[in-house]
Amino acid sequence: MTPVTLAAAQIDTGDTAWLLAATALVLLMTPGLALFYGGMVRTKSVLNMLMMSFVSIALVTVVWLAAGYSLAFGPDAGGGLIGTLEHAGMAGLGPDSVQGTVPTLLFATFQLTFAIITAALISGAIADRAKFGAWLVFVPLWALLVYVPVAHWVWGPDGWILSSLGALDFAGGLPVEITSGASGLALCLVLGPRLGFKKDAMRPHNLPMVMLGAGLLWFGWFGFNAGSALGANGLAAAAFLNTLTAGCTGLLGWLFVEQKRDGHPTTLGAASGAVAGLVAITPSCGSVSLLGALVVGLAAGVVCSYAVGWKFRLNYDDSLDVVGVHLVGGVIGTLLIGVFAVESMTGGPEGLLYGGGLAQLGKQLVAVLAVGAYAFLMSYGIAKLLDRTLGFRADEEHEHTGLDLTVHAETAYDHGVLGHGAPVGASSVSSAQKVKPQA
Amino acid sequence: MKLITAIVKPYRLDEVKTALQELGVHGLTVTEASGYGRQRGHTEVYRGAEYQVDLVPKVRIEVVVEDADSETVMDAIVKAARTGKIGDGKVWSVPVETVVRVRTGERGPDAL
Repeated sequence: MTPVTLAAAQIDTGDTAWLLAATALVLLMTPGLALFYGGMVRTKSVLNMLMMSFVSIALVTVVWLAAGYSLAFGPDAGGGLIGTLEHAGMAGLGPDSVQGTVPTLLFATFQLTFAIITAALISGAIADRAKFGAWLVFVPLWALLVYVPVAHWVWGPDGWILSSLGALDFAGGLPVEITSGASGLALCLVLGPRLGFKKDAMRPHNLPMVMLGAGLLWFGWFGFNAGSALGANGLAAAAFLNTLTAGCTGLLGWLFVEQKRDGHPTTLGAASGAVAGLVAITPSCGSVSLLGALVVGLAAGVVCSYAVGWKFRLNYDDSLDVVGVHLVGGVIGTLLIGVFAVESMTGGPEGLLYGGGLAQLGKQLVAVLAVGAYAFLMSYGIAKLLDRTLGFRADEEHEHTGLDLTVHAETAYDHGVLGHGAPVGASSVSSAQKVKPQA
Repeated sequence: MKLITAIVKPYRLDEVKTALQELGVHGLTVTEASGYGRQRGHTEVYRGAEYQVDLVPKVRIEVVVEDADSETVMDAIVKAARTGKIGDGKVWSVPVETVVRVRTGERGPDAL
């Protein structure tokens, strides 16, 4: 993903056509994520869960066009740490601007869809208990202060991780998966556990919705990973196949653990395993061999199926396992580049298995630690600041009743379900009568 | 008259209905119910976390019959609902003072 601006750069129609489609695919992942997350929470806060993803689309788009794109992908301001504000408000960019072989405006939009889903991913760690107003402030701040710098380090012109360090990340193990996972961990520590965490049964209320969301995510992931080739070419095809492969072995790995450990293969396990495999192949899909993709997906499926249990032992309520799936899966995929990278994919660097020694693995490790620490500390600081000023945790009564009713004045379903805490009498006749009579 | 109430496994409902129809019982009421007895609940596992679900789904069948038929009807329900495994349910009867058919106003056994 190294952006190259050449004076004689020409738009390639094939590359542009594919990237247009890929951009739409990646955008679809965020509504898909909303359904994936929404099905996992209880009926009383499912709409709030969906809303946290949907508002991320709107908020991140606005700040990206205002300053985010320029700071991430504008000319380096020095040291490979951040871009300049040269293109703030998309200044100086028009239909004729070219980035590589595609229009710059398309490249900027493609990158925007990554920033959107990364912000939305964090919401899973603080399900059912975040103040909506605080989330609306957190997302733009976080996008500018956390996502944008990391994106610049990894993919921006002269960004230090790719240019100086030489760590590889094809489609976003560092800016997307590790950043969202580390930020999710920070936020769930600031907000504290849900009322009743480890005491009440908090069953997913709609597993078919989770499966639909996982399917949409998988579909969109082809745009995410194969689109990151920034062209309609062989590398895109290889990344595409690696993406399918790792999703499959992730699914099988997670189900295998469940069958051995719990006695049943579950639908939630299948969905989670596929997503874990896809998370892990995100950084590595453009650098590992097909054998590498098989192992990356399998490793993520197996390890993440255990990692989601850590929160109960260590007492952090990462409600929908952003840490267990995205942070852990992202680390696995980013590190395994150092093992399975092949020259035919990377055009140079090779992993341990293909004679490259430990050099690449070391670079990957440095990048993982730097990005993980930065995202965690910055997100912790922003969340703590918002908690002190606006309050980030919802009122206890609101949380108990459910955020759907108390924040949005809606409930997702007509009928309450025993044990899921749907408010009784939420839709009374008297409230319906308040609707303004038609003229 | 007697009110017979049966709490049985949902999948035995069809057999119980058929058995009652064969005995000439004209009507019954079925409600979805949940509860537990010796069977207790069951365990569900989500991402490796176990949740104990105390309440097991059952159906509640209610039928009002004449005193003379009550034993036969109860026996028929028990026979149709039995699987021999834990959680087969319970059947009981209580005396009913009077019954009125809402449409016609008939009272007592005529209203059945």
